[in-house]
Amino acid sequence: MQALTFGDSARKVVAFLLLGAVFVGALALARSARLEPADLVFNNGTEVSTLDPARVTGVPEGRIIKALFEGLVVKHPRTLEALPGMAESWEVSDDGLVYTFHIRPEARWTNDLPVTAHDFVFSWERFLHPATAAEYAYQLWYVVGAEAYTTEVDDEGNPKNDFSTVGIKALDAATLQVTLRNPTPFFMDLMAFYPMFPVNQANIEEMQARYGEEDWEIQWLQPENLVTNGPDTVEYRRVNERIRLRKNADYWDADNVALETIDALAIEQATTGLNMYLTGAAHFVPSVPTTIVKKLMPREDFNPAPYLGTYFYRVNTTKPPFDDPRVRRALALTIDRKAICEKITKAGQIPAGGLVPPGMPGYAGVSMGQGNVALAKELLAEAGFGPEGREFPTIEIHYNTLEAHRDIAEVVGESWRRNLGIKAKLQNQEWKVYLDTQSNLGYDVSRSAWIGDYVDPNTFLDMFVTDGENNKTGWGNERYDLLVALSSAELDPTKRLELLREAEEILIDEMPILPIYYYVTQNLVDPRLGGFHENLQDEHFPKFWYWMSDEELGSKRAQQPESWEQVTSSGPSEGKYAPGFTGPIPSPTGR
Amino acid sequence: MLRFLARRLLWFAITLFCVVTISFFMMRAVRGGPFDGERTLDPAIERNIEAKYHLDWSLPKQYLQYVGPFNLDEHGFELFGGDGSDRFGGVLCLEFGPSFKYKDFTVDQIIGQSLPISALLGIVAMMWALALGISAGIASALRRGSGLDLGMRLAATGGIALPNFVIASFLVILTVFMIPLFPVAGWGSIRHMLLPGFALGAPFAAYISRLTRTGMLEVLSQDHIRTAQAKGLAPRTVILRHALKGGLLPVVSYLGPATAGILTGSLVIEKIFFIPGLGSHFINSALNRDYTLSMGVTILFTILVYSLNTLVDLAYTMLDPRIDLEEI
Repeated sequence: MQALTFGDSARKVVAFLLLGAVFVGALALARSARLEPADLVFNNGTEVSTLDPARVTGVPEGRIIKALFEGLVVKHPRTLEALPGMAESWEVSDDGLVYTFHIRPEARWTNDLPVTAHDFVFSWERFLHPATAAEYAYQLWYVVGAEAYTTEVDDEGNPKNDFSTVGIKALDAATLQVTLRNPTPFFMDLMAFYPMFPVNQANIEEMQARYGEEDWEIQWLQPENLVTNGPDTVEYRRVNERIRLRKNADYWDADNVALETIDALAIEQATTGLNMYLTGAAHFVPSVPTTIVKKLMPREDFNPAPYLGTYFYRVNTTKPPFDDPRVRRALALTIDRKAICEKITKAGQIPAGGLVPPGMPGYAGVSMGQGNVALAKELLAEAGFGPEGREFPTIEIHYNTLEAHRDIAEVVGESWRRNLGIKAKLQNQEWKVYLDTQSNLGYDVSRSAWIGDYVDPNTFLDMFVTDGENNKTGWGNERYDLLVALSSAELDPTKRLELLREAEEILIDEMPILPIYYYVTQNLVDPRLGGFHENLQDEHFPKFWYWMSDEELGSKRAQQPESWEQVTSSGPSEGKYAPGFTGPIPSPTGR
Repeated sequence: MLRFLARRLLWFAITLFCVVTISFFMMRAVRGGPFDGERTLDPAIERNIEAKYHLDWSLPKQYLQYVGPFNLDEHGFELFGGDGSDRFGGVLCLEFGPSFKYKDFTVDQIIGQSLPISALLGIVAMMWALALGISAGIASALRRGSGLDLGMRLAATGGIALPNFVIASFLVILTVFMIPLFPVAGWGSIRHMLLPGFALGAPFAAYISRLTRTGMLEVLSQDHIRTAQAKGLAPRTVILRHALKGGLLPVVSYLGPATAGILTGSLVIEKIFFIPGLGSHFINSALNRDYTLSMGVTILFTILVYSLNTLVDLAYTMLDPRIDLEEI
């Protein structure tokens, strides 16, 4: 006990020292975290799961990977057409099966090695290899032999087939040849899709040798180790906070890259993102709180545009009474989609009459009749429900816990009660439990959404083939499966889209899903930010971004409708242009 | 003292073992897995992923691998069929494994990056809480029954009743948008820390002021204070030197749970002010089914709470010599 009864002065000294240590520590920590402000700050929405192109799936990951790596082609910021990237040119054989890419001779990795066709062969072998466990591997299964390479494994977990069975070949260092199973009209779209971006073989092999099999994947992606070929490099990264990108001076098109530094923030709270935008601490945020949408609509910095996504409800077609297509159609007919779009989502979303959103070139689409209550009642009566028939059981509307989903579910439930006298109750579940319930068909109707991976109806329609992993409704239709399969072998684009349209018609006739609305983009973007355009896929390649000068901003404003509310920009008034800037972005169709 | 610490250490090991075991199996019992997403994976791809993260092993084997110290996979001990290139691993070797969600980081790295931030935020919050709470409590006790006392007590009730995100929102509207004093969110300078620190510390300040007031009132009525006053000591000396020591005892015992509360309860404040601390990992890792990160943060908090409580017990004896550690 003696040791513990300190004298008064000793106690004071200890307390003083402790306080001092805490204070000095706090100051040191605060100082070390300081970074100079970046040329552009945007909210990326969440922390990215990884920087490895082969192992990512999300939109936030895509934004960063498009800055760090470059694939064979990039997409025009407005029209989304393929512009030369690592490939300076390419040819497609007449049967649409063989693609030959010519790799740009001046393209370099940040370790000074040239980018070659072999890099693509190496990267795609790695992407398809079972041990990489790439979630998006199936996007390359259009290539001959690719699916078998990923899925057929021996007891050790290694692929049974040699990679030479896969139709990906480097004819020489500058020529890459890809052979497809079927003509795939959206294949060039996939070549600009971030999972297909190459990684550097020498870099990976060095990391494997240095850190061993267990640790290399994490070590490789540290800012100081990662070798890239895109417009930017990673300079700094802190989990859940920011990724600081710095312009890559060795990038082949560095002359056309304007911004020296870009910060991607991982703000998950839409309100916080909005606050940062409003105080000039961020220059672009990809989503805004629904409550404020109405106020933002007239502003020049908020221009929602059609987006390749559909919000819909899945119906459990294995559970009576939902196994009856007449019941499903009756439910679909009576949802008040207009109220949902006008009162809840409010950003100009379009009430959906089908699964495939508008905007697919050459695709007419399908739209069911809406609001036909008389027909819906008739269908229900035919199915044996209503005043003369049985009472309809209470429907459980299943959704993941989120306010916006609850509001929509309430409108849907209310529509059914009002129009058909059917009672509905809401059931919300935490995200992962919700996914589990949905996969195991433990629901009546369940909230769902789908964002297209490429601009083609196939990205939506192949979801509902019998027993597809993403079907999750228990629905199957032989004719539908046949049409989707036929379409992938069809060479003639018009006939192909007609086959897909016919498939969608079957889907809408059978209604395993209840379409609700088509998405719009919700970017809030500084009016001065150039090279950023709303487009169908909400795809934004950072290489095109720059700051407009007062002059250019003025002429842009002169062209926009006068009713648009002008807002103050937080970007530099003198603008920031690329060294080689000579006018609008090079594009066959202009800006 | 040594016996006290030894006993604490033993209980610490038992507690930690229970926490690790129970949370490991509870985590796995929850529906949904780390790699479930809106897009369901092709079964072959899903198998590949499970194999990569050893999720295809039996649960007891996964548990043994997680706890360590022996690595059971193909690089582990020759005895278990490995090649011996990486024999040890697991929690016992302080290796918490790679995060399932943030694939570019190990759990150790994530904790290493976010713990100092949480600690700093916690310190600022605690400073606010102690400074405001103790001074308000003393003022209240000395002017018992006055308007000041009433005002302070009302403010304290408000502070306890209002959730910290409401306080935070008010502060943001007031000191960012109406009077632009502070940055709205983010982390990096002292100015970034003041608002979130205040919002996080406010409910604790309120509670501390109540504890201080009660403690002070009790002490002020005791004999030794009356003796001190009778001896003619200045009121300042009586309060700071004699009364405060006893009056603060309840506050000291509250510091342990308060620190734990500040550390684990910072989620909402971290979200509102966009601070990359531990609080959001504590919640998000469970929601993401990020098994390793969730376990790592749980273990870390167990250690923190346990050691803080031990420190509080030690501090007790410094403030009140009558307390004997052997009896705690």
